[in-house]
Amino acid sequence: MDLLAQYVMNGVMLGLMYALVALGFTLFFGVLDVVQFAHGDVLTAGAFAGLAAYAVAFHAGVHSAVPQLLAVVLAATLSMAVLGAVLGRTLVLPLKSAPPLNVLLATLMGGTVLRECIRLFYPGGSQPQRFPALLPSASWSLGRFTLRLDNVLMILAGVALVAGLSLLLRRTRLGLQIRAVAQDEETARSMGIDFRLVVLVTFAIGSGLAAFAGVMHGLYYNEVNFSSGLLLGVIGFSAAVLGGLGSLGGAVLGGFLFAGLQTLGAVALPFASAYKDVFAFAVVILLMTWRPTGLIGEQLGERV
Amino acid sequence: MTAYRPALRVLSALALGAVIGILIYGLLAAESEKAVGLVLLAVALTVAAGLRTGVLPRLARAAGSGPLLGSVALAGVVLIAVFHDDPFVLLLVARALLVLVACLGLHVQFADAGVPNFAGAAFFGVGGYTAAVLGAGEIPHLLVLLASGAMAAAVGSLLLLPLLRTRGHYAALITIAFGLLFRTFLEVNEGLGGPQGLKLPGLRILGFAFNDDRQLLGLEVSGFAFYCLAAGVLALGAVWLVRRVERSWLGVSLDAVRLDETAAACFGISLGRWKIAALTLGNAIVGVAGGLSAMMVGFIAPNNFTFQESLVLVSILLLGGLGNLAGLAAAALIVVWVPEKLQPIQEFRYLLFSVLVVLVLVLRPGGLVRRRARQAFGSAAA
Repeated sequence: MDLLAQYVMNGVMLGLMYALVALGFTLFFGVLDVVQFAHGDVLTAGAFAGLAAYAVAFHAGVHSAVPQLLAVVLAATLSMAVLGAVLGRTLVLPLKSAPPLNVLLATLMGGTVLRECIRLFYPGGSQPQRFPALLPSASWSLGRFTLRLDNVLMILAGVALVAGLSLLLRRTRLGLQIRAVAQDEETARSMGIDFRLVVLVTFAIGSGLAAFAGVMHGLYYNEVNFSSGLLLGVIGFSAAVLGGLGSLGGAVLGGFLFAGLQTLGAVALPFASAYKDVFAFAVVILLMTWRPTGLIGEQLGERV
Repeated sequence: MTAYRPALRVLSALALGAVIGILIYGLLAAESEKAVGLVLLAVALTVAAGLRTGVLPRLARAAGSGPLLGSVALAGVVLIAVFHDDPFVLLLVARALLVLVACLGLHVQFADAGVPNFAGAAFFGVGGYTAAVLGAGEIPHLLVLLASGAMAAAVGSLLLLPLLRTRGHYAALITIAFGLLFRTFLEVNEGLGGPQGLKLPGLRILGFAFNDDRQLLGLEVSGFAFYCLAAGVLALGAVWLVRRVERSWLGVSLDAVRLDETAAACFGISLGRWKIAALTLGNAIVGVAGGLSAMMVGFIAPNNFTFQESLVLVSILLLGGLGNLAGLAAAALIVVWVPEKLQPIQEFRYLLFSVLVVLVLVLRPGGLVRRRARQAFGSAAA
């Protein structure tokens, strides 16, 4: 029972991270019908930006946790929002009318550029970096299960972020514009919506979410690695596909479903813990085979 | 088509072979960074001038593909003879040739059938590990190489169903996931040596050990010269096979599948069958190259088969101009050669290649070299 609770907790954390990444994929696909494969590396870059901000804050004499945390989160999300918009502007928008595979290749290679830059130019970037524990470490024991305050805080923050995004899309003018562009670019343009601006803002929002997931990942595992975004990107994309690309609820559902399956695998095959990532990738492939267009996904009728 | 006289054909083929041979000689012989830069400049100028004035394409057309391949092979043999006692250069050449073979396999999948494969290094690795496991025993090594190809095709067949049910981005994601899965699997699997990898014996065919240095015509010949020859034979065979496929009705069907799936299906071309054919053939070619490469190096580890390496293979495909075999060969040589010759940029090679590919995609969306359309009635229209 305690063990089960532990697994559920772990699954919820993972699910939230996957959902945040998947939301980015689904937003990009919504407005522009493209897949931005550098998204996973944006996540890593966000975590490293947070790490750098921490180092700067530390050397500037900020030693209490709250401002440090604030600096880390703000630096990560804002810098990645800018980077996401830049990637959208340089790699995705110019290739809008090129074959879709070109966008995929360009963003894949763009992601490699990010990854290699972190590995080569971040001090010690080729080794896993320790991520500071910035959240309060209090915990409550319920039987043998310990509920950790930092995990609870992260989950609350993640849920708040998802809820905020949903509100933004449904209740604000910007959200209306994003949804309009997602539905029909031409009509949206003729209604006076600045298409490029909306697309770039969407890229900024999605990338900021990924950066937040990156910081969460760092805080949860106390470590970041230049290549950890690769796994999260692949999983996030398949979570988005599973939920149906372009659907927000689907992305969250897909993220949690994926985390559930992964946790289930860990419970059912405890002897194979070394094969955890192998299992994750196998699940990606199987799920994509089972539902190539998602659980509640778009109907791919093709008109000739 | 203009009928060229045999003497003219042979002469043009020899001229072109000589030009290519001299350029490659320059690439291989350059030692200092300055020399490397000069040679690269010379290559770029020659190619640009040759294309601008139309001399190179005209020579190639006059020679015809058979004599041209022959003269390039001749140039290769001459080069191997020149560098007969320089194992470093020979290893470089052999590696470039094997990378070319692997890229030819991916070429069948990506450039012909339109199925991108981002797990090229993984299939290369399947071939290598097969050679490592089987090569230690008594099985003749030619059979082991064939088994490497068969094994890569067999492992690739696990992905057939997923790849047939998906398209575009989704299919790409499946190959990416497989490439990552394969690498992780190798690292945690104890039976295949784990992260330390496996050692394997050198190639031996009919009692002829490729690893040994030996005396030939009074010259001390490095063992790698024989690997170069073997890799060259493999590369020629692969080029021949791929060209045969492309120029036959098989190629027409593959083109149709790539260019418009709906139209192809309307004309009764079975999408599944052609994708399966291209994927299997491509993976088999990659696997054979992987097997020979592993035997040549004598050692394999999971780190040789990372996602980055798969991306390098795709980069070569793209930089060579999708669908262009001559460009592919040049790109393979340059991509293998540059990091080896310019040690300072060795560490930055992935970064460099990725930036190059991004630039090509953004600045020349139609590809580095525009793909020639298939001509229905000979090449009269050319």
